Amino acid sequence: MIRHGIRIAAAVGLLALTACGPDEPASSGGPPSVRRMTEAQYRQTVADIFGPDVKVTGRFEPGMRTSGLLAVGAGRVTVTPSGFEQYEAMGRGIAAQALDEKHRDRLMPCKPASPTAPDDGCAAQFLGKFGRLLFHRPLLTDELRDQVSVASKAAQTLGDFYAGLQFGLAGLLAAPEFVFREEDFEPDPAHAGQFRLTAYAKAQRLSFLLWNTSPDDELLSAAARGDLDTRKGLAMQADRMLASPRLKDGVRAFFTDMLGFDAFDDLAKDSVIYPKFSLKVANEAREQSLLTITDLLIDRHGDYRDLFTTRKTFLSRPLGMLYRLPVATRTGFEPHEFAEGDPRAGLLSEISFLALHSHPGRSSPTLRGKAVRELILCETVPAPPANVNFSIVQDTSNPQFKTARDRLTAHRTNPTCAGCHKIIDPIGLGLEAFDGAGQYRANENGAPIDTSGEIDGIAFKNAASLGKALHDDPATPACLVTDIYRYAAGRDPTPGEKDWMAYLRQRFAAGGYRLPELLRLIAISDDFYKVSLPTGLSEPVKEATR
Amino acid sequence: MNRQFGRRTLLRGLAGGAAVTVGVPLLDCFLNTNGTALAAGGRMPVRFGTWFWGCGMTPDRWVPKTLGANYDIPVELKPIEPFKQQVTVLSGFQALLDGRSNFPHSSGNISVRTGSAPDKADEVKAPTIDILVGDVMGTDTRFRSLEMTATGDPKHSYSKRSANVTNPSEVSPLALYTRIFGPEFQDPNAADFKPDPRIMLRQSVLSAIKDHRDRFEKNLGAADRARLDQYFTSVRQIEQQLQLQLQKPPPAEACLLPKAPPETPVGTDIEMAIRNHKMMAELLAMALACNQTKVFNVVFSDSASNLRRSGSSTTHHSLTHEEQIDPKLGYQPQATWFVERSMEAWGTFLEVMTSIREGDGTLLDNTMVFAQSDTQLAKTHSIAGIPIMIAGKAGGKVKTGIHIAGNGDPISRVGLTVQQIMGVSIDRWGSGSMLTSKSIPELSA
Repeated sequence: MIRHGIRIAAAVGLLALTACGPDEPASSGGPPSVRRMTEAQYRQTVADIFGPDVKVTGRFEPGMRTSGLLAVGAGRVTVTPSGFEQYEAMGRGIAAQALDEKHRDRLMPCKPASPTAPDDGCAAQFLGKFGRLLFHRPLLTDELRDQVSVASKAAQTLGDFYAGLQFGLAGLLAAPEFVFREEDFEPDPAHAGQFRLTAYAKAQRLSFLLWNTSPDDELLSAAARGDLDTRKGLAMQADRMLASPRLKDGVRAFFTDMLGFDAFDDLAKDSVIYPKFSLKVANEAREQSLLTITDLLIDRHGDYRDLFTTRKTFLSRPLGMLYRLPVATRTGFEPHEFAEGDPRAGLLSEISFLALHSHPGRSSPTLRGKAVRELILCETVPAPPANVNFSIVQDTSNPQFKTARDRLTAHRTNPTCAGCHKIIDPIGLGLEAFDGAGQYRANENGAPIDTSGEIDGIAFKNAASLGKALHDDPATPACLVTDIYRYAAGRDPTPGEKDWMAYLRQRFAAGGYRLPELLRLIAISDDFYKVSLPTGLSEPVKEATR
Repeated sequence: MNRQFGRRTLLRGLAGGAAVTVGVPLLDCFLNTNGTALAAGGRMPVRFGTWFWGCGMTPDRWVPKTLGANYDIPVELKPIEPFKQQVTVLSGFQALLDGRSNFPHSSGNISVRTGSAPDKADEVKAPTIDILVGDVMGTDTRFRSLEMTATGDPKHSYSKRSANVTNPSEVSPLALYTRIFGPEFQDPNAADFKPDPRIMLRQSVLSAIKDHRDRFEKNLGAADRARLDQYFTSVRQIEQQLQLQLQKPPPAEACLLPKAPPETPVGTDIEMAIRNHKMMAELLAMALACNQTKVFNVVFSDSASNLRRSGSSTTHHSLTHEEQIDPKLGYQPQATWFVERSMEAWGTFLEVMTSIREGDGTLLDNTMVFAQSDTQLAKTHSIAGIPIMIAGKAGGKVKTGIHIAGNGDPISRVGLTVQQIMGVSIDRWGSGSMLTSKSIPELSA
C-alpha cells in the first residue's frame, strides 16, 4: 500500500509542474449543491470520526439515480418522516456508543468535574471538537451554545454527565448540517462579481471526491488557515490525499456509482438455473471488478481505456466455481491473468457486469447493450413503447429460434422496435458467450452461439474485440470525464462549463488517460470551485463560516 | 382541523341517502386529531390504507359480469369470495393521458394514485392519495403512516408526496416488528403509565435543530429550499410522535403485543413474497389495532411485477410480454398464475384484517383499503380499466359488496370519492381530462 502511495505521489508530483497553468479556460461554474450524504459516506464518516467499531444500525432511504448517478440524485432527494425517524434513532445509537465506557476515554478531550452532573465547559470542548468534524466547519457560537444547553439539561435530568452529553451529540448527528452536505460560497476576491466556494466547502468537495468521506482534521485546519484558497496550499492537500491509500475508497465509490453496483444489494439469480450463484458470489463479483479497477488505475497507474481490454483480474474460490478456474487461495482474492485467446478480457466480460445486466434466469443482450450505451458511453436509450408484443421474441421453446440472436433478429425486423434495438442488441450479442450468471457457454439450446457484431460501425467478433472497440472509442474516456465531473460537483456540467469540460477531456487524453491525474486536475482547478448563484438569489446572504 | 371535514361532505352524506344516521359514523372525522377523546367516547378509530399488486389481471377472468350487489365471482377473484360483502369492485375506469405516451407500468399507476398523468416515466406531479388522506387523518398516531413491501426492495413504494419524496418501504418483517413493537412501544392497555423523561430530552434535541433552520436555508435556491422544508416537516412530525408518547395512550381492546417474527430471507421469489407479506400483514393489523398508525401502504409486488417462480428463467413481468396465449385457454397460463397468486395474497390480507375483532365488528370494518394495480392486461400495458377494489367500511362510511362499472369514466373519480369519504375537504381532483368533480355516489354508505 505504502509503496504504491509513494509511486503515485511521484507521478502526480511531476504533473504538478505543468498542470493548472494559465491555459485553463474560463468557466462560469454552476450552482452549489446540497447533497444528502449517501449510506456509504455516512458509514465511513462515522467510522472515521468515532472509530470503526461504532455500529450504525438503521435503514437509509433509497437514493435516486439522476443523469446516471446517485451522486447527482443526492442533490435532489430529501428526508421523509420515516427517513428522519431513522436518522434520529441512528444518531442516538452512535452517540450512546461513542460515550459508553469503552469509548469515552479515547474520544473525550476532557474529564467532567463530576460524572453525575452537568459540566458545560467539558461538554463544550467535546461538542466543539466533534461538531467541527461532523459539520465540516467549526460550530458557530449559538450552535455550540444550544447543543451544550441540551446536554446540560439532559445531564441534570438523568444525573449523568455522559448520558446527557449523548443528547448533545445526537443533536449534531440528526442536524441537516450533518445529514446534508451544504456548500457555502462567498464573493471571489480575484474576480469581482463572481463567487467561489468557501475554504470549508472546498475541503468538503475534495474529501468526498477523493476519499468518499468527510474532511479530516488536517484538511479542515488547512481550510481554516486559508491554504485552500491558494494554488500551492490546495495542491499540497490534493497531493496528500491522492497519495493516500484512502484514494482507493474514493475511486471504488465512484465506480460503484457509475457502474450501478448498488444493484448487487438486491441481485438475485434463480437458484435452480444457476445453482452456483449466491449472495456471496454476487458480492465477490462486485469486489473482483473493484479490485480490477483499482489495480489498473491506481496501483499500476494505467490507462483507463485498458479497463476494457485488460486480462488481469482477481479471483476468489467461490468465483472460481463460476469461471471454472482453480483458485489456490483459500479465503480472499488472488491475482489472475486470462490467457491470450481466452474468451474473457476486460471489465465487460467479468461476472459483475454480465450477471448484473441479465434476467434472473437468463442472459439479456438487450440489457447488456443498453448498459454499455448508458454506463460506459453516457448515451441515453429510450424506454420501449407501451404496446409491444414480445412473445415471438423471447419464446425460448420455439424450435425455429434457438439462440437469443435468432429471437432478437425477429425483434429487429419490427419497425417500432428496430430503432433502438439496432443500436443496443448487437453490442449485447457480443457477450452472449456468457449466460445470465456470467458463466461461459459455447451453445444455447444446442445451437452454437455467434458472438460477432458491431458498435457504431466498428465490427467485432467476440467479447475481447468488443472491449477493444470500446477502448478505441473516444466516447469511452469522454464519458468518464463527464461522469467524474458530475460525481464531483453533484450536478450536470452547465453550458458555461463547456470549454472547461473540453479542456479536461483534452488533458485526460494528453496525459494517457490516467485517472489520478484527472482527479488532480479537477481538484486543484479554480474552475471546480466556481459557483453561480442559485436561482432566486441575487447575492449570498449568509454570513461566511470561517 | 374541523375545516377539513367540509359542509359539502356532510351534505353529500345526507344526500347520499343511505340508511345511516349522519352524526355517529362521521363523528371521528371531527375528532380525528384528538385520539384520547375518541377513546373516551369508545369509538373505534378509522383507518385508511392501500394495497398494491403489479401487472394487473385478465379482464375476462377478473371482471364480474353482473353489477351492483351480489356480483358474480370470476375465477381470478375467487380468493375474495369469503369477503365479498366487504369488498367493492371497480372496473372500467380509465386513465386518460391526453395524448401523452403511456409509460409502461408508470402512467397507469401514477394516474390512479395522483389523478395526473406523468409527462415522463415516474414523474409525480401531485401527492398520492394516501398522503392526502394521511395529512388529514394520520396526524394523531405514533406513525403518520407505515409502508411495507413483500418484494425485498425499499424502493418499491408508491406513497409519494412528489417524485423525490417517496416514503420508503420496510422490507423485513423483523425490522417492521422492531420499529413498531420494539423498545419504544407503549402498550395502550398497560395499567401504569409514566412519561419517559428521555422523550422530553429528545424533543429538546429536535427543537434545537429547528432553531437553526433559517440560517441553513438562507443561501439556498428555491428547489433546494423546498427539499429542506420537507426535511424540517419531517422533524416536526417526529416531534409530534414524541409528544404523543408523553401522553397515556388510549386503551385499545384488540391490541395484543405480537411475538417477534423470525428473520426471513427477502426477495422476489414469490414464495418468499407470500410468506413475508403475510407476516407483515399480521404485524400491520396489530399496529392498527394498537393505534400505532392509521394510514398504511402495502406492496405485494412492484409495478411491472418482478416476482418470479423458483426455477423459472423469467419474471411475472417478462411472462406477460413473452408468453404465448394458450389458444385453448385464451390466456397466458404462466403469467396468469401470478395474477391468481396475487389475488390470493389479497385474500390473505383481508383474512388477517377480519381476524381481529373490534367492537361489534372487525378491524376491516373500521378501515378502508384501496387495492389497485398498475395495468389492466399487462401484456399490452392497457390502462383502460385498471382494477381497483375497496375493502372495509371505514366505520360505516363505505358501501361495500357491490360491483361498480366505470364505463370509461376518468379513474380519478375513484380517488376523489375515496378522499371525500375519508374526510379530505375537496370538491375536485386530478388534472387534464382526469380533472373531475364527479364523485361516485354508489360508493358512499
